[in-house]
Amino acid sequence: MDNHPTLTLNGRTVSIRGERNLLEVARQAGIDIPTFCYHSELSIYGACRLCLVDIEGRGIVASCSVAPEPGMVVRTHTEEIRELRRISLELLLANHEQSCTTCAASRSCRLQTLCRRLGVEKVRFHRTQKERPVDHSSVSLVRDPNKCILCGDCVRACTEIQNVGAIDFIHRGAETTVGPAFGKNLAEGECVNCGLCATVCPTGALTPKPEIDAVWRDLNDPQKTVVVQVAPAVRVGIGEAFGLEPGSIETGRLVAALKALGFDQVYDTSFAADLTVIEEATEFLQRKAAGERLPQFTSCCPSWVKFAEQFCPEVLPNLSTCRSPQQMFGALARVTLPETLGIDPENLVIVSVMPCTAKKYEAKLPKFQTGGRPDVDHVLTTQELAVMIEEAGLQFRQLEPQSMDMPLGFKTGAGVIFGASGGVTEAVLRFAVEKVTGVRLSRIDFDEVRGEGSVREATISAGNTTLKLAMVHGLRNAHDLADKVARGECDYDLIEVMACPGGCIGGAGQPVPKELQTRAQRTSGLYQADKGLQLHKPQENHLVAHCYQTCLGDVGGHRAHELLHTTHQNRRRINSRGLTVLGQDNNSDKLKVTVCLGTGCFLRGSHSLLNALTERIQQHGLKDRVQVSATFCFEACDRGPNVRMGETSLFRCTLDSAWDAILKELEATPVA
Amino acid sequence: MDNISPAHEASCSTGPAESTATGHTSAELSATDLETQQFNTVCEILRRNNNDPARLIPILQQIQKEYRYLPEEVLTFIATPLRLRPAQVFGVATFYSHFALKPHGKYTIRLCDGTACHVRRSTGILNALYERLNVDEERKTTSDQLFTVETVSCLGACGLAPVMLVNEKVYGQVTPEKALEIVEEIIVKEKQA
Repeated sequence: MDNHPTLTLNGRTVSIRGERNLLEVARQAGIDIPTFCYHSELSIYGACRLCLVDIEGRGIVASCSVAPEPGMVVRTHTEEIRELRRISLELLLANHEQSCTTCAASRSCRLQTLCRRLGVEKVRFHRTQKERPVDHSSVSLVRDPNKCILCGDCVRACTEIQNVGAIDFIHRGAETTVGPAFGKNLAEGECVNCGLCATVCPTGALTPKPEIDAVWRDLNDPQKTVVVQVAPAVRVGIGEAFGLEPGSIETGRLVAALKALGFDQVYDTSFAADLTVIEEATEFLQRKAAGERLPQFTSCCPSWVKFAEQFCPEVLPNLSTCRSPQQMFGALARVTLPETLGIDPENLVIVSVMPCTAKKYEAKLPKFQTGGRPDVDHVLTTQELAVMIEEAGLQFRQLEPQSMDMPLGFKTGAGVIFGASGGVTEAVLRFAVEKVTGVRLSRIDFDEVRGEGSVREATISAGNTTLKLAMVHGLRNAHDLADKVARGECDYDLIEVMACPGGCIGGAGQPVPKELQTRAQRTSGLYQADKGLQLHKPQENHLVAHCYQTCLGDVGGHRAHELLHTTHQNRRRINSRGLTVLGQDNNSDKLKVTVCLGTGCFLRGSHSLLNALTERIQQHGLKDRVQVSATFCFEACDRGPNVRMGETSLFRCTLDSAWDAILKELEATPVA
Repeated sequence: MDNISPAHEASCSTGPAESTATGHTSAELSATDLETQQFNTVCEILRRNNNDPARLIPILQQIQKEYRYLPEEVLTFIATPLRLRPAQVFGVATFYSHFALKPHGKYTIRLCDGTACHVRRSTGILNALYERLNVDEERKTTSDQLFTVETVSCLGACGLAPVMLVNEKVYGQVTPEKALEIVEEIIVKEKQA
């Protein structure tokens, strides 16, 4: 017996090993106390009242909110507790829209599971809530307030882990809902489409937006040639939907399933990841040599890119200009596949299967179009693919493994480990260290950069060069680092950012993890998959090299830039009206001066500028000719403070430059 | 702001905050100066509260005093210096029934409809007010932005039931006739101003 203090749980003696609450103690002892609102990675909320336990001498309490104490006598399923839990569930079900058979979350719904587990057989209460509109505005997520049970998991995940805060509780009492500010829809606010809210949602109130029908339509169109790219993390996640262990590597059966569904060619996003590494590492080494725009932030996570565009304008120049592997694949496939496959470019449909909801958003960005058509037509999540496989009646576990198609299905291990936190960094090292030293790298694994921690750092020597690296997941951690970078407080060379816990393997498009260790198992699956391949360094991918020779030209060259790189733009956080500060009326002849008060400009003193400008206009008696208002973003945050005067934009504006511009503009316009 | 007619803007007096912000008194202000002054007041409120997110509620109260409601664009604006997200600010603003998200009239009439007032026929008073002012449960504010009529659940003055509150002033043992008298008085006073 160990020396840990103990308590009595249902008559058994159980050790307390530093667990933060009774619920964890019970879990350690093999008792899964039901709960909706308890997530070990989020703050304790104590709202759902399902995790009730009876402590002798104290009565019934919520086990998530009570610290274990030695000698406690705890019971987890007394008659009274059973009754209370069932009533709680019944009350939740009363207002819950019970469209379970058609609900997207049906296979992972915890409300269903707990009703089954706790034997709720009848709902005695009537629905009192009015039907609320379903928010379909986002390209990544569907928000259905009628299914929300107000556990707050999404709100805490969005704020605590991602620091986005796109949604919160609004109104109160019976009117309470969860939603974006000012009753707007998801697409109008700060949501970065990471989908963590959907992962933690115990019901179908937040779900990934499906594109299944559009894909079926194209698959069933004989004119179309439908090709698909599969992201690394999908192969270690899809099996869970068919009862296989998390992390089991299902590449072969995945290909077989896709072929059986009717996809003409099955390719690997890892091919494009190899390409990404070469471009990104080359860009990195150039910056390192020049000593500029360091640290370089990775740019393969679209949630992170949107986050940085909204909240960290000052580090945007530090982001790699590389497109994500999905978009590199799309651009390259659009250009090369019609010839390779001998088809009319019009009829080429490019689909991706991603572990991610943000990839749906990324694929629809106007900047990733060729000739007015998106480079990637449809994005399916791992979950959606599983649904398609089931719909087609394929027995996934019985499928005979098949291999990917060439050339875009060929990859090295570097492109596969991309799906785990630390993977991009390791892939870059496999390329960069060899490049810097000029010596063939015999060591493939960089264990220093692997791990589960949400903020990790490592220092790697390559010849005379030392590389300081940081790997983070969770956008709050990324934001903290970005702030430090902006203040010049850290000297990293490369910072890898993944929005989702554990990297892409923990993406919102993956089957909803049942256990905490699921993510670690998927990660280890990816590293296993890397080991199972013959090649591990992107520079060894001869088909990528061939691609450079025939299509892309030089690494980091002109054509490569056209197809594989992008620009990041400042992005307005919220779609909100401006604020008129001076001279508002309906006189359209007035010179309209608008000062940005968004985060970036605010920090650069736009607020004082606005005040000083308003005062000077008043002093000079010009308020009849000038109207001043404030707005919340011109999407040019790197050049703030920004002022717009009529049609002209003034960047890095000062009081004097704004004043001069106003006088000039007024001189040019005669007084009415 | 867009909805406030100039006549009321000029005379809108909302406490000491505004005059300290610009050094003007209300009487000197022309219509279009109001928005400048209101904006400066918001900035002054933030400064006085040290941009402290823990002071969100007092900040919202002070802003509401200035604008008579919480305009969306002002809430968006204050979120940045307070290091909060607009959704968080909106969440707090919608939690408390005291905060108004639509423009309130210059005079907010809060009629108590708690148990004591209800049994003493507050409903009749409410209907009389609704009819006289042409407002209802959905549209609570008159089109001239002079009155807003709301019900509250208890004002804690049950002995005086039915109770009516006009801005800060309490009226006890109100009848429909008395309520309409009070309203007429205000209308006459405003016309003279």
